[in-house]
Amino acid sequence: MNRLKVILGILFMAGTVFAVSSALAEQSTVPLPSPAKAYKGTQCVEPADVMRREHMTFLNHQRDETVRDGVRGKKYSLQQCIDCHATADPEIMAGKVRTLKPFCAECHSYAAVKIDCFACHNPTTPLDKTSDVDLNKMIASHLNEAGDSQ
Amino acid sequence: MTPILFTQIDGKSANYWAMLGWLGAFAAAALGATWYMEHNGHWVTGMNNQIVWGTPHVFALFLIVAASGALNVASISSVFGRVIYKPLARLSTLLALALLAGGLMVLVLDLGRPDRLIVAMTKYNFKSIFAWNIFLYNGFFVIVGIYMWMMMERRMNRYIKIVGLIAFIWRLALTTGTGSIFGFLVARQAYDAAIMAPMFIVMSFSFGLAIFLLVLMFSYKATERPLGDATLRTLKNLLGVFVTAVLYFVIVQHLTNLYAPEHHGIEAFILRDGGIYTAIFWIGQIAIGGLAPLALLYHPATGKKRTMIALAAAMVIIGGLAQLYVIVIGGQAFPLSIFPGYDVSSNFYDGVVASYTPSLPEVMLGLGGFATAFLIVAVALRALPFLPVTLADGDVDPHYEVPESESI
Amino acid sequence: MTIDAAKRRLLASGAAVAGVAIASGVTLIAPATARKAGEAASDKVRWGLLIDSNKCDTGCDECVIACKTENGWQGHERPTTDPQWIRKVHLKDNKTGATHSLPVMCQHCENPPCVDVCPTGASMQRADGIVLVDRHTCIGCRYCMMACPYKARSFVHEDVTGQKPHMPRGKGTVESCTLCVHRIDVGGTPACVEACTKKAGKEAMIFGDLNDPSSDIAKELSKHVTTRLRADLGLEPGVHYRGF
Repeated sequence: MNRLKVILGILFMAGTVFAVSSALAEQSTVPLPSPAKAYKGTQCVEPADVMRREHMTFLNHQRDETVRDGVRGKKYSLQQCIDCHATADPEIMAGKVRTLKPFCAECHSYAAVKIDCFACHNPTTPLDKTSDVDLNKMIASHLNEAGDSQ
Repeated sequence: MTPILFTQIDGKSANYWAMLGWLGAFAAAALGATWYMEHNGHWVTGMNNQIVWGTPHVFALFLIVAASGALNVASISSVFGRVIYKPLARLSTLLALALLAGGLMVLVLDLGRPDRLIVAMTKYNFKSIFAWNIFLYNGFFVIVGIYMWMMMERRMNRYIKIVGLIAFIWRLALTTGTGSIFGFLVARQAYDAAIMAPMFIVMSFSFGLAIFLLVLMFSYKATERPLGDATLRTLKNLLGVFVTAVLYFVIVQHLTNLYAPEHHGIEAFILRDGGIYTAIFWIGQIAIGGLAPLALLYHPATGKKRTMIALAAAMVIIGGLAQLYVIVIGGQAFPLSIFPGYDVSSNFYDGVVASYTPSLPEVMLGLGGFATAFLIVAVALRALPFLPVTLADGDVDPHYEVPESESI
Repeated sequence: MTIDAAKRRLLASGAAVAGVAIASGVTLIAPATARKAGEAASDKVRWGLLIDSNKCDTGCDECVIACKTENGWQGHERPTTDPQWIRKVHLKDNKTGATHSLPVMCQHCENPPCVDVCPTGASMQRADGIVLVDRHTCIGCRYCMMACPYKARSFVHEDVTGQKPHMPRGKGTVESCTLCVHRIDVGGTPACVEACTKKAGKEAMIFGDLNDPSSDIAKELSKHVTTRLRADLGLEPGVHYRGF
């Protein structure tokens, strides 16, 4: 008899917690994330809902292939992800550079999923074609190719 | 012979709780130091690209080496059948586990990426002696845990001999692995020697027994249990043997190196020109860690006095830390010999003796390892029956013959 | 120079070579040696360097500057803990007074002690001979730094920001010269080699496939006897030196 009471009690508590949290969730005031539109391209390599669920698996597998085997340029190449998804943000270096913050950080902050990756993969790419040349020029001039204008 | 009665300590006195408080404070300080180092990055410590392993590693290695040696007392009773050590076996296993836990805590918390510990425990490069060590340390916890349980569970007593043998072999492998961390390195003049492994084994005997002796004397004094001279005499004589053995290995290592002109640079550095390292070697390792304890332990005027025995054990511990400081940090301070025969300079400190100053976070982390180990011992003694009620001479009969039917 | 200008214009307009996103800063492209997308590094190739240190000036450190720029490792005015992938080492014969200087970086050994000692296998050797740190697996124990006879590796002692897109790096891991894998994999040459040729005008460094008898480096190695640092250790470094 005692055991039955305990089980019923637990079920009742579980049910209450579930009901209350569902009700509260509907009233949540935290805005849903709005990741920035990609810098270029019209479509990702996978549909959005697949990416949302599986991007970590793709990246996890790809990183070992790239680093350890030297495989580049496959479907889930990180460089390609960055190439499309790094966007400019007026609050980051006055919008002169592209970073992953406006895209990746949006959902990750919302879901409070703090991942290891961004400690190292924190690329800062110059904004557009002109800046690319500027960057190249900076390197090139250092490589003593002054006078060789684009 | 009456069976040995083990009981928990009371652990109710104000002194006991004060001790726990202090140990807890040091352990907490170590955690704070870890947070500080990990959050800011290792540039806030004294360790750098020249001296990559510093004070935390000195403490961690000492604790790990001592842990393996602390199990010696149990091994001598289980494997070698020496009866007088039998009552001490439970405490020996406890100390082994606690010291290893403390040492590993320091080692892991100093990692650049301590959050990746699970990677270290699941991905093994078995060509690396370090990987073997991780495997051996984890196995040590399991095996010694089982060993301890078999001592405390009467129905399991008959298996003590076989598990004791496994534990003994395992800890020899473990300490060989720890010494080989240095012995396997071809790059540095101070390492790359096969003698490092057996030297670490003998160091473990010495340091482990010294800590065991101090813990035994302290816990018996604090709980007012009788500790007889027979037990103490056996342990202190054994400590003297081990200290002598360590000195022997150190002499052989340096004599061998002195024979080869290739190693004259490192020998001159350690033995004569190394400034602080030379001082720590001669005063810390040899004098305080070797010669003075031997004098105290064997001289008839001091060898029978408990305070002198305790002092000798404490000196062995200080000497052990000094020895590891010279090995770990002195070995790294001496410049690499990339261009033998030339004077070398660069902006990356090639060709010069590297400088190192222990920083406060490193020292706090190291001390925290000791504190954690002793905290574990203190709490465990209260929770479970580890200490014999009495180790008085009358109750511990060194001449008792173990009948064949009773295997210990 | 006009050929190079045309290539840079090609790069600047965003075109990619061989369908692979190019890292910024790659200005010398030889598409014929780039690996195809999806192709793994092969052990038929062994990359190496030949450094003729007779051509090195004591005061020249263009290779170091180029590496810093390419890979984004900067100092923090803390020389004992700052990163270091390549450095100029100055030698002096203390009996004769003769001096010499040469760059030292990861020697990309065939039997690398740093790979042997790494507990997690993060320190690795790629099939084509390049020794790397897989920073995903590195736990920052620094054992490889103890093991390296050339002091080639450094530990990242602080947080890192502003990483180059092709060279992610972060606090708590160990790093060293990567032989510019991101350039090599698309058919380029390491930044230091390029700088020595283009900026310093010295052409002291040659990069190439040691296994290919028709490569420049293999031809040079067959013409002149070269030395390798600490050859006595039997590590078989991939970096050869002339001049000392």
